[in-house]
Amino acid sequence: MNVIVNGENVSVRAKTLADLLQEMEYEGEWLATAVNEELVHREERGTLKLKPNDRIEILSPRQGG
Amino acid sequence: MAFCLYGTTVRSRLLLGTARYPSPLDLSAAVRQSGTEIVTVSLRRETAGGRTGGGFIEMIRDLGVHVLPNTAGCHAVSEAVLTAKMARDLFRTNWIKLELIGHQDTLQPDVFQLVEAARILSDEGFEVFPYTTDDLVVGERLLQAGCKVLMPWCAPIGSAMGPQNIPALRSMRAEFPDIPLIVDAGMGRPSHATTVMELGYDAVLLNTAVSGAGDPASMARAFALAIEAGKLGYDAGLLEPRDMAVPSTPVIGKGVFA
Repeated sequence: MNVIVNGENVSVRAKTLADLLQEMEYEGEWLATAVNEELVHREERGTLKLKPNDRIEILSPRQGG
Repeated sequence: MAFCLYGTTVRSRLLLGTARYPSPLDLSAAVRQSGTEIVTVSLRRETAGGRTGGGFIEMIRDLGVHVLPNTAGCHAVSEAVLTAKMARDLFRTNWIKLELIGHQDTLQPDVFQLVEAARILSDEGFEVFPYTTDDLVVGERLLQAGCKVLMPWCAPIGSAMGPQNIPALRSMRAEFPDIPLIVDAGMGRPSHATTVMELGYDAVLLNTAVSGAGDPASMARAFALAIEAGKLGYDAGLLEPRDMAVPSTPVIGKGVFA
């Protein structure tokens, strides 16, 4: 299935957001996720079913002013 | 001389940004030298599987300071609100430095969207630190929206110009005597920070003036001292300027030799 991760088109086998993070080798506690402009809490990632063309944002802490 | 931000008591009146340092070591040295207890951070797209952001924030945690996430770069209410929610999910804090940029060249806040976003976020339990202008009416609207802190600019972000409208900053202080006021953005020199603290401001938030200095750690220390000096001076009671000289040495009792 094709989805959009951080603005890039990618083809994944993952069925849930948690699967996608694993498939794309995202790891660690410091990730925040949103799907189609809605926050997905970390504890909801395992149950959030992905659909084709979902827009997924994966953010992490960075330097800021 | 501690003060309170949304129920959290802090002693340092310097809030420090974490961006644009020459190296992570320079950043941690500047944080330590500044004595700051609050640093600002952002959220950006992760491209290295979680390792980039993880490494950075672990370093910040080791410094033992409060984290104030920002919504830097957001241009729309929906974008800022979602970023704030993602920041809360990540950092486990209700604090959010709310930035809604309204102009690409000056990076001045879009105060109309700022008030709207502040209301939405306050209603959802966020404790909003709004980056705003020095406009009194906007300040009032932000308070009505639920903000309990105001952060007016003194000049455009990163400009290093220092206070451009001192009467406006003075008016804000007079209008909101019981609200923590933090000057955010536009500082260039330690004396700029002293100037706003002498106006009775509660704190200063700065980044580029420190991170862009030749020696960021020393500049962080310089700003900390300048802020403390301004605060002490304000609390001690400043003399008002006058047009004519007033002799400091008593005139009475002077010898008469003529």
